[in-house]
Amino acid sequence: MEPTTYKYIGAGLATLGMIGAGIGVGNIFGSFLTGALRNPSAAASQIGNLFVGAALAEALGILAFVLGILIFSA
Amino acid sequence: MADPLHQFKIEKLVDLPDVTLPGIGTVDLAFTNSHLAMTIAFVAIIAFMSLVTANAKVVPGRLQGVGEQMFGLIDNLTSSIIGHEGRKFMPFVFTIFMFILAMNFLGLVNIPGVFHMFTATSQIAVTATFGVVTIALVLIVGFAKHGLGFFKLFVPGGVPWPLLPVIIPIEFASFLLRPLTLTLRLFGNMMGGHVALKVFAGFVGAAAIGGIGYLGILVGPLSFGMVTALTALEFLVAFLQAFVFAVLTTIYLNDVVNLGHGH
Repeated sequence: MEPTTYKYIGAGLATLGMIGAGIGVGNIFGSFLTGALRNPSAAASQIGNLFVGAALAEALGILAFVLGILIFSA
Repeated sequence: MADPLHQFKIEKLVDLPDVTLPGIGTVDLAFTNSHLAMTIAFVAIIAFMSLVTANAKVVPGRLQGVGEQMFGLIDNLTSSIIGHEGRKFMPFVFTIFMFILAMNFLGLVNIPGVFHMFTATSQIAVTATFGVVTIALVLIVGFAKHGLGFFKLFVPGGVPWPLLPVIIPIEFASFLLRPLTLTLRLFGNMMGGHVALKVFAGFVGAAAIGGIGYLGILVGPLSFGMVTALTALEFLVAFLQAFVFAVLTTIYLNDVVNLGHGH
């Protein structure tokens, strides 16, 4: 294999970090739905927290994605 | 077929003469497609907000209602998170929110073959500027309000003292990561979304010209539906990322405004 091949494999491996972000974001929205269905009247007040939590969890996946792009275009 | 990253290429529309700055070196000045997208976003916001407030009535019409919704969203956000001092920071958060929102939405404007609007927020230089401006304001407000007491930000209240040597470096590192994550979240979301759109659009193109043979009959319509669904999702993401940026800006400001009794 040529050396650049390993670069592309590495870029692909780096983006695997997004799996964690996917699990995290799914967990947050799933838990929100569970809570919201138990007490729908309190759901509206927690929308802000929901998106902040999702954004924070997502940021770590985005870091992995950016690393992948960096390796890809290095 | 152009590769999916081609759309993020900066092109010079009007080349301006190079300028040599002392200490920095030669700067290549040009009016680029990124610059054009930001200018259009700026003009669109000014036009929209003037139109909304031009003929203000006590009972808002439809257009004024849209403007008031936007304004009320951010006003509610700052005053509910920061408290009674939130009003002071509302103009800053509102400006950032509207500018990012306009750039995100304008990036989705695409008239095939005629004109493709550049997504300014898919450039890390643009989002990094927003991140740096936000954190600079946090630092300025923190030092102006509390002086050296600003460093209490890294010492959360109610922590047993043996844990402090562990907690303080973690808090410090997380503070240093804030501008980085603000920058990369917006950049990564906009860039990732547009790459995904382009990849599926590429599948439709490959199927249409028969590049993948009879499999194209199956792949083409599926990918076309996927592009449509992703475009709808991108509109949601465009709003959500602008909102998340505004919420996080407000939270970071709240940390320094209500230092010591907020968390």
